[in-house]
Amino acid sequence: MNVIVTDNGFESDTWSNIFLTLDKLLLINPKSTNKFSLDVPNTTDPKELAPLFARISLIRIAFLNSTDGRGFTLASHLRLLGYKGRLRAQGHVLADQYTMARRCGYDEIEISIELADRQPEKQWLSRSDWKSNCYINQLKQLA
Amino acid sequence: MYSYTEFDNNFNQNRVDQFRSQVTRRIDGSLTEDEFKPLRLMNGLYLQLHAYMLRVAIPYGTLNSQKMYQLAIIADKYDRGYGHFTTRQNIQYNWPKLKDVPDILQDLANVEMHAVQTSGNCIRNVTADHFAGASTDEIEDPRPTAELIRQWSTDHPEFSFLGRKFKIAITGSPNDRAVTKAHDIGLRMVRNNKNEPGYEVIIGGGLGRTPMIGKVLRSFLPRKDILPYLESVMQIYNMLGRRDNKYKARIKITVHEHGINKICDLVEERFIIQRSSFGGFDQKLLIKLEKAFAAPIYINEPIDSYNKSYQSDPLFRSFVDTNLSEHKNLNYSIVSISLKKHGQTPGDATSQQMRMMANLAKKYGHDELRISHEQNVILPHVHKSNLYKVFNELKSVELATANIGLISDIIACPGMDYCALATARSIPIAQQIAMRFNQLKLENDIGEIKIKISGCINACGHHHIGHIGILGLDRAGVENYQITLGGNSTQNTVIGKSLGPGFSYTEIIPAIEKIIYTYLDIRSSNDETFLETFNRVGLTPFKKIVYTPSEIINKSTATFANNNNESFASQEIK
Repeated sequence: MNVIVTDNGFESDTWSNIFLTLDKLLLINPKSTNKFSLDVPNTTDPKELAPLFARISLIRIAFLNSTDGRGFTLASHLRLLGYKGRLRAQGHVLADQYTMARRCGYDEIEISIELADRQPEKQWLSRSDWKSNCYINQLKQLA
Repeated sequence: MYSYTEFDNNFNQNRVDQFRSQVTRRIDGSLTEDEFKPLRLMNGLYLQLHAYMLRVAIPYGTLNSQKMYQLAIIADKYDRGYGHFTTRQNIQYNWPKLKDVPDILQDLANVEMHAVQTSGNCIRNVTADHFAGASTDEIEDPRPTAELIRQWSTDHPEFSFLGRKFKIAITGSPNDRAVTKAHDIGLRMVRNNKNEPGYEVIIGGGLGRTPMIGKVLRSFLPRKDILPYLESVMQIYNMLGRRDNKYKARIKITVHEHGINKICDLVEERFIIQRSSFGGFDQKLLIKLEKAFAAPIYINEPIDSYNKSYQSDPLFRSFVDTNLSEHKNLNYSIVSISLKKHGQTPGDATSQQMRMMANLAKKYGHDELRISHEQNVILPHVHKSNLYKVFNELKSVELATANIGLISDIIACPGMDYCALATARSIPIAQQIAMRFNQLKLENDIGEIKIKISGCINACGHHHIGHIGILGLDRAGVENYQITLGGNSTQNTVIGKSLGPGFSYTEIIPAIEKIIYTYLDIRSSNDETFLETFNRVGLTPFKKIVYTPSEIINKSTATFANNNNESFASQEIK
């Protein structure tokens, strides 16, 4: 079972919905009022997801490698387009990237047990204060 | 000059503490070497051929005496008593130990400096015109914008893990001294027809193995839109840039493969929503930054003594004629200090020399120094009444070489003497060219010429845009040097043309000599520069001489050299 990292540290994954790919989600009757969980690669075009926002409660974006930063821009674009649901980064994200992920709009990170063993909770908690020391937040304030 | 706010200081201190913990975690195994690598790189720490190398940022090339003094202390305390100034206005220390690096970063933070984003696949140290705020030809000082961009790009959460490194340069003068067309993004400060300030945005320039001249993405971007627009460009690049091949990952390839028009459409579309994420604080800050970079309070003294020294001391006269540039205040000069004394490693300065430059800036230079991409140090504001004192003090530490813009003022990358990527030596080639032409006493006669040397295809020595470019390669285990001619790094950026087959380590200096003799032989007058001659006649005359076996032309060049030495000698007597 993977570990979920939030500002409070490690938690077990309580999300019970099944994750769908975009193809599968598009097959479901648009009139259905159910909310869905979506699994997307970091190459997804956010504009394709925008019309579906109301039907999605969680988007999980895959990080195959911690050196590939596309998932950061994808998250920030989704937020700017108005996505208000839960946003999860999944895979190879380092404790050192936690603040970046939070600043780009992720709510949580899903990591493997192996990574959690190697980078224990304390290392993630030391990066949980993601709101301070942030140039971009300061620059984007109101005048 | 900008001085740190509490916010900047807190950020910087926090960053030092984080790096200290990352080093500890690398040692205890929490971080693998692969995971640690991007983290150390974005803090300026490379693994070189022999040791770690720490690259310290000198944002937009501006610093004061306190910072320069600290760089000297660091060179003595943690390194071998010297540092190397680079083409991106940074300083590199070649011999730090990993365990000392957190302490070095702390020493830097104590004087409002850092090594943040001087390497790695992120937005690098922003560079600017080294004459900013002092030159006569400037529309506006580019440094307030450069500082705004420094803050925006520092630890930007979206752009710390890009497909490749990303370099931004800015100039406030139409005479481009910041090589904006060879950067991932080049910004030129311009005015529109209503005289409103803004920027021309150029993207996709770069050297390396695929040299490209940047293309205009927006001919006029209003000042207030700079950050959201840059952010849009970065977002398009981050998503669209290739990640399958690091040699095709720079934005120049993205632009080349998709076309400037498509990139422009994508950026403009993104810009509309991106603009909504800024609330105006950035523009208020820019106004504050403009005040921080206001001109110094000029002194008003008679300059008779300067005129007298100029007449009486020929060495000073030569220094003035070669190393000084016009200042916007008529009683001031911009002093370029050459780090290219004949036979020295281009760009190296000892701690003693750094201390001297710091002292001179403090005593005579309104406490300001600059690093140029040409690997020299500038005192941007020196009153003419102080020039002779500055010259004499520089002379005492071997910093008064009068060769700015001449054949020995060479840009050279560290090459195989230091760099793990290099395929050939660059420094000894630069040293030998400088020594040879100094020995021939031809330097002043040759006049303005820019030689740039890279020790591998990555082109850190900017060889493509040298009037003479030299690229050192490895051909079956033997160093081989290829020559390009006619490159240009100014607003009229040109990639040099290849002369033909390369030369061995022992053949390259004679080949350069033949090129120079050919130029001296065929120039239309003594005022026609090397580049002008090349642009008039092209490659052919140079090719003909260089590839003709030496024994055939030895006689004629020897005669020419002799004649020329005589004429030079007679000039000196006059």
